[in-house]
Amino acid sequence: VTTSRKNLLAVSRAAAPSRRRVSRTPAIDTVEISISSKFELVEKVSSLTKSIIDRIRFDQDTAGWIDLAVREAVINAIRHGNKNAEDKQVDVKFVIEPDGLTIYVRDRGKGFDASKLPDPLDPNNLLNPNGRGIFFMRTFMDEVEYSVHPEGGSLVRLYKRKS
Amino acid sequence: VAKETLEMAELSIKEREANGVTVLDLSGRITIGEGSVQLREAVRKLLDSGKKKILLNLAGITYVDSSGIGELVSCYTTTGNHGGQLKLLNLTKKIRDLLSITKLLTVFDSYDDEGQALASFK
Repeated sequence: VTTSRKNLLAVSRAAAPSRRRVSRTPAIDTVEISISSKFELVEKVSSLTKSIIDRIRFDQDTAGWIDLAVREAVINAIRHGNKNAEDKQVDVKFVIEPDGLTIYVRDRGKGFDASKLPDPLDPNNLLNPNGRGIFFMRTFMDEVEYSVHPEGGSLVRLYKRKS
Repeated sequence: VAKETLEMAELSIKEREANGVTVLDLSGRITIGEGSVQLREAVRKLLDSGKKKILLNLAGITYVDSSGIGELVSCYTTTGNHGGQLKLLNLTKKIRDLLSITKLLTVFDSYDDEGQALASFK
């Protein structure tokens, strides 16, 4: 497990409109963690997710759902992307913004067409034990987007706006 | 890390009988890996020994993910396939929310009162 942290952008104080006191412009901070494809390491990502959510101060319910969405993304990356090959990495990057949180999860798999997944709410699929992970991500996050990473593997971007 | 992780992932299952119904008091987490496997094995064991009226008491469940929801569905269908009934007791708010958005509240028979739950088994 490797983690890194860097201040990408420490924006200088905005040109101050007169009279009003200008608060310090928050920096955009990124935190990264890479794990090998073992389900028990999902807990490591989850601990980090929780500590980051604490910094952004989402309400308690929202915080729990974001944690769940990230877990689902990482589990999918391990299981469907990396096919449980322990030597393949899952990279998770949190981008903490003043008004929200973006999480990128990259696997080393061949990718898939998210639009072709069966609808878990279809009455014919209700008793299917699988197929709810992406549905949870889409339910609890404001944006969920899949793409191919330029260096290979698939990349999911999750975004939650701070309301 | 490994030890802490295993402890966090663990699901505790206590079995008792009440009015001809087997109640499994669950506490901990039903998530991918150990928790889901433990639940599956516990339900299979009951069915193999002819205990087909099963009530899962979820009061002590602290966390469920999509795999855990899937495992509840599997247990429900497996029990039905064996001619039995599996019902849920004491849904936590989070589990109720997850079952609601997945439309599974319409599938499961669930109760907040153990007496009513026990009486509902035929």
